[in-house]
Amino acid sequence: MHELGVVFSVIDNVKRVAKENEANHINRVTLQIGEVSTVIPKYLEDVWKWAITKHEMLTDCELVIKRIPAVSYCTNCSQEFRTVSNGKICPYCGSDQTYLKQGNEFIIKDIQTF
Amino acid sequence: MEEYKIIEIKESIFEDNNKDAECLREELLKDGTFLINLMSSPGAGKTTFLLSTIELLQEEFRIGIMEADIDSDVDARTISDKTNAKVIQLHTGGMCHLDADMTRQGLHELDSRNLDLVVLENVGNLVCPAEFDTGANLKVLILSVPEGDDKPYKYPLAFEVADVLIINKIDVKEYFDFDFARAIAEAKRLNPNVKVFPLSGKTKEGIRSWAEYLAQCIMKYKEKQRDLCQECIRK
Repeated sequence: MHELGVVFSVIDNVKRVAKENEANHINRVTLQIGEVSTVIPKYLEDVWKWAITKHEMLTDCELVIKRIPAVSYCTNCSQEFRTVSNGKICPYCGSDQTYLKQGNEFIIKDIQTF
Repeated sequence: MEEYKIIEIKESIFEDNNKDAECLREELLKDGTFLINLMSSPGAGKTTFLLSTIELLQEEFRIGIMEADIDSDVDARTISDKTNAKVIQLHTGGMCHLDADMTRQGLHELDSRNLDLVVLENVGNLVCPAEFDTGANLKVLILSVPEGDDKPYKYPLAFEVADVLIINKIDVKEYFDFDFARAIAEAKRLNPNVKVFPLSGKTKEGIRSWAEYLAQCIMKYKEKQRDLCQECIRK
């Protein structure tokens, strides 16, 4: 739902990094997004297409999204399991004493410039 | 062909905001301004709840309110007409939440340094505001009776991050099959430390125990500020 704000923030960040590296143009941005990060890649791509038209440095810049699978850990039986298919309940022992180990990330991995 | 270069960034977008929120909390502590991030879905009664809260606390504390909405100033006008609180309206321009930097700008606009309590009335939405730390000292979530007792199941993150859960509109509970025990049990499962206050912003039933709790939080915060200042003087 907050894809617009997230895209603005990504653009600010990559432009700053590009300037620090004395690059004139960014032609690819790679993001790593967790499966349960609440950011929806499809919306992000749509917003991206619109937002990059406002920044000369990002003309035709490609957005690559790499997903990070969501994994939870059960503190009761010490097993790991996929969060999306199981939710909060451990599929091995049925405990709800679980926490998310990975999968809510939103990371700018790298940019390609010239 | 021009040479391409790949620059590793590995920077988390949320991390940025989290750091900024921590800075803002430190700034606020120096000024002794207690900041609340008030979250709920649209129509849960945030503004009426605030009016009743301000009424009980405005003699004791200098209060400021920041109303965040996508558009309009109806909430800001209601509060400034009916109370002595200092009010500003923030327009998020389509954004579904406020982050720490937007909050800082709002505080600056409000000139919050001479205020004891500032309430940020976040955009009505149970999804996005929960993701972004605004730098607040206390996160308050309102769930109103007509919305149903299943909300903690549907929007777990909002309930996980909230320090205080207000169950609002208890004056209409006869007309809804809202199961208080169920809602509270699930909220406590998501966050065992959550403080729960069932109340009605409209009839003011239950509002006093919430206001007393808030007053205590502010007093403790002021003590922390004084300790900090004394430490600074000693150094």
